[in-house]
Amino acid sequence: MSFLVLEGLSKSYGDVHALIDMNLAVERGEFVGLLGPSGCGKTTTLQALAGFVQATRGRIVLDGRDITDVPPNQRGLGIVFQSYALFPHMTVAQNVAFGLEMRQVSRSERERRVGRMLELVHLDELAARYPRELSGGQRQRVAVARALVIEPPMLLLDEPLSNLDAKLREAMQFELRRIQRKLGTTTLMVTHDQAEALSISDRVVVMHAGRVQQIDAPHRLYEHPQSRFISSFVGKTNLLRATVRGGQLELAPGLRVPLGNSGGAHAAEGSVVTVCLRPEKLAFADGAEGRLAVRVEERFFLGSQWLYRVSSALGELEVSCANDGRPPHPEQATAQLTWPDDVARVLPPEPDA
Amino acid sequence: MKPGRTLPYALVSPALALFALMVLLPLALTALLSFQRFSYDTGVQDGFTLSTYANMLGDSYYWEVFGRTAWIALLTTLLCVLIGAPEAYILSRMGAPWRSIFLLVILAPLLVSVVVRAFGWGLVLGPTGFVNQFLEWVGIGRVRMLYTPIAVVVALVHVMLPFMVIPVWTSLQKLDPQVENAALSLGASRFTVWRRVVLPQVTPGLLSGGLIVFALSASALAIPGLLGGRRIKMVATLIYDEYLHELNWPLGAAIALALLVVNLAVMLATNAVLEGNYRKRMG
Repeated sequence: MSFLVLEGLSKSYGDVHALIDMNLAVERGEFVGLLGPSGCGKTTTLQALAGFVQATRGRIVLDGRDITDVPPNQRGLGIVFQSYALFPHMTVAQNVAFGLEMRQVSRSERERRVGRMLELVHLDELAARYPRELSGGQRQRVAVARALVIEPPMLLLDEPLSNLDAKLREAMQFELRRIQRKLGTTTLMVTHDQAEALSISDRVVVMHAGRVQQIDAPHRLYEHPQSRFISSFVGKTNLLRATVRGGQLELAPGLRVPLGNSGGAHAAEGSVVTVCLRPEKLAFADGAEGRLAVRVEERFFLGSQWLYRVSSALGELEVSCANDGRPPHPEQATAQLTWPDDVARVLPPEPDA
Repeated sequence: MKPGRTLPYALVSPALALFALMVLLPLALTALLSFQRFSYDTGVQDGFTLSTYANMLGDSYYWEVFGRTAWIALLTTLLCVLIGAPEAYILSRMGAPWRSIFLLVILAPLLVSVVVRAFGWGLVLGPTGFVNQFLEWVGIGRVRMLYTPIAVVVALVHVMLPFMVIPVWTSLQKLDPQVENAALSLGASRFTVWRRVVLPQVTPGLLSGGLIVFALSASALAIPGLLGGRRIKMVATLIYDEYLHELNWPLGAAIALALLVVNLAVMLATNAVLEGNYRKRMG
């Protein structure tokens, strides 16, 4: 049995179904990201796991013990809140020591463990400061230290990086991952930021409208999205319609790509399917004969890459190219697009769309 | 002169003038009055004397009244803390429609004149009031409450409660609700969360509420006057008597200034505690 099992977990507020039949198994030591837009049920899942919200139906089993009805103060989970929720009237060291105090850990042992934990998050110099004297990133690390010092079976992170500026957020992502690897604590992180979820999770759970959409490793999620929603929520996408003809996908008359690796092997001959083409898989066929004639409508410089919005017989497409130093295509110019045979992905038919 | 320099002074001058005219001037006149001579035959005389203060400080009667005022005001403050703090906490936890309704219920007494409320308590606590009818019914028998400190304290607590609830409620509003959840997740019991996390953060609110309640209770006139009767003299009723019955204005002025000094001392002491312990942490 997995370390953490959520079985048919549901939460309703009257007629509003915040979480519908959530099933998830997390292995010991795993870092799982819960990803979705606001209102998708990811926070409700975390709150139910923490015990702040009572699930309407379903079970939560942690390390073989059913904790569905255990009050939050007896679950022993480490939680990092979005607002950090530090105790403003206590110093950094007192904040971190609080959980140990509640566990009646002796003073000397407490000091030793708080010291070690503050060292791990590089805050040993600031132990005597109050939270209001710290920067956002430092407060965040206090929150992480406070949650981890009790050596919880599991760490829950609620949008831990959303209050930090972009540069710091990136640094903290890797910092969080480093700490998690070092301690081996099973971790569940809630986030609405796909880049954050993809970059540090072992597996990502994508949620939408209270339901789990897909559970996969980050690169599989990106390369093989199982729904329209995921293909556009995780990364950027071009969604096209195609008809299955003779083992090929016909995007337009005369424009066919092999069905082969696209995940559409089950699609019946003659059926219309939705195809996802990632912008970075498309390339300009400089000089050579391409697959598709396009006209550059707009272009945006993103530093490491160029993002083009082009019009074509297939409609409007997004193309992103690495900024390799060559001069970019000017706006209003015509060009040829090409892409490898196996990058098109057929999305499964939507259940009720 | 630069307009940037004078403008702020020009803007505060109306308030300053009002403050000087309505507060500082009467205070100065009261202070002057307290040093004037008085005799029952001739009334207030010109001249300067410290004898009024000497008489006041030397007479145990005045010490007794000040002592009674102090303990009644302290008891009122304490009861307001004990009732008002949980009340504010419950209020802050209430949902959308009920919070406004109960806030209004708490504030409603302020809309009714203190005199009316004092007479109301007189009816409730009197020899044939509700409370005594109930006590007789359960077999305890009548208890004398009106014209005792009980009546004064009960009515003062009722009047002062909003002044405690509002500051505490305000400091509770500033609390991050997740902080309580954080303490729970770290293994604290509900009571420990309250004692270790919530209470320290609302202490500034409790202190300022306590300060207001104490100062207002110590100088309350209508309630001790109407519910304390002639026996339960408090400082304010004593001043009233000196001015209007004894016509000993210098003595009344001296007692009033003594009350001001005591209140001021309590306030400055509390403020010092607040500054020392909380400003640094809570900002």
